[in-house]
Amino acid sequence: MAKVYITTPLTEEQVRGVKAGDEVYITGAIYTARDAAHKRMIEDLEAGRSLPFDTQGAVIYYVGPTPPKPGQVIGSAGPTTSYRMDKFTPEMLRQGVKGVIGKGYRSDEVKAGFVEHGAVYLVSTGGAGALLARTIEQAEVVAYEDLGAEAVRRLTVKEFPTVCIHDASGGDQYYTGQSQWVKPDAMVKPKKPEAGE
Amino acid sequence: MRDVHVDQIAETIARLVQDANFKLEQDVTDAISRAKSLEEAPVGQAILLQITENYTIADTERVPMCQDTGVALVFLEIGQDVHLVGGSLTEAVNRGVATGYKEGYLRMSMLNDPINRVNTKDNTPAMIYTDIVPGDQVKVKVDCKGGGSENMSQLKMLPPSAGWEGAKRFIVETVANAGPNACPPLIVGVGIGGNFDKSALLAKKSLLRHVGAPHPDPEWAAREQELIEEINKLGVGPMGLGGTVTALAVHVEFFGCHITALPVAVNIECHSHRHKEAVL
Repeated sequence: MAKVYITTPLTEEQVRGVKAGDEVYITGAIYTARDAAHKRMIEDLEAGRSLPFDTQGAVIYYVGPTPPKPGQVIGSAGPTTSYRMDKFTPEMLRQGVKGVIGKGYRSDEVKAGFVEHGAVYLVSTGGAGALLARTIEQAEVVAYEDLGAEAVRRLTVKEFPTVCIHDASGGDQYYTGQSQWVKPDAMVKPKKPEAGE
Repeated sequence: MRDVHVDQIAETIARLVQDANFKLEQDVTDAISRAKSLEEAPVGQAILLQITENYTIADTERVPMCQDTGVALVFLEIGQDVHLVGGSLTEAVNRGVATGYKEGYLRMSMLNDPINRVNTKDNTPAMIYTDIVPGDQVKVKVDCKGGGSENMSQLKMLPPSAGWEGAKRFIVETVANAGPNACPPLIVGVGIGGNFDKSALLAKKSLLRHVGAPHPDPEWAAREQELIEEINKLGVGPMGLGGTVTALAVHVEFFGCHITALPVAVNIECHSHRHKEAVL
């Protein structure tokens, strides 16, 4: 398991340098979006409007932070469960997004999308919102302010810690990691990826 | 009869929802410490370390340990010799939740309607569970329950012929399907028997048990042990990255049921099990 440091926006070369299982530390601007913001962005695209940020090489973080206390940049800010964005992710990848951060399993269509578009799926530790917030240096709402916690924010992060689950060549770290520890007589075995290495 | 003013209940709830989000109870931190001694995967150990660092920061700085500060579950055990005065109990509970979430800078996650989906901006309505019990006190239990783990919960009406083996398979499969989505290591709450809704309520209430305390009936305690062993064979591990601790505890509650029925409900709770209680 290598440690990889990447800076946004991501280039193809940076994406290719990240492999499933790597610890990946992100520095630069990343954009927050959850269910409601994704729905709005897709509606914007369908209506011919531009998206609220430059999606080329962008990294999206699935998070709805708590409100900041006085003096805080942001409240607690850990990942939300990613599968709820599966419906929207293929279009975001077509728009040039190169990395998404969340937690949990993705659909086969989304996994194929990471390979097709050369993008990566990164996860951070769910429930570690207070710890992860320490790597966030700036936060500002850039769109859909009425959505409150679900608004799109630009976060400036320094070495935000993640683990790569799906890389651009079809690697699947949930499968690899769980396969290493599943007992031979377990009632359910880790789900084998459909495609990939 | 003893009078208890509903404002006192509101004030207590306002305090408990904040304390729950800032500081884990010792039963949970002890369970995480046990997980650290049992987890064999280095990556699992690294995740457990992050979880520990996180709850230490939350406690020290009085900030929420998770950005999903949850649905407020409010369990009221009301003594039958108590007279509640000062207005509506339901309104008082919701007032307490609204005040606590605002004062604590907690996230407002509740919507007015599941299809129209407009945020109520005060984290109400709370989920209120009342039980009438002997005595003249009111016990208030609060659990701030995150959405990620709740979404991985399942209920199945099994045929009686499925028996314990069928129930066990359904419970283990539910945890396997939840995988990383529910933020393991988990507390798995199981309700068996009763009817459709009773089994779900039993599963929910089982989560309030002291984490890892066995069922008082030795036969059911043995079934709990069997379940946690099967679940920890799955290899899911902390945050699903692979490891030997997928569940911190499995709690099962049972109730009598109809001759045709074997309802099984599995209510999943994440590692950040935020619960508090007070007696008035």
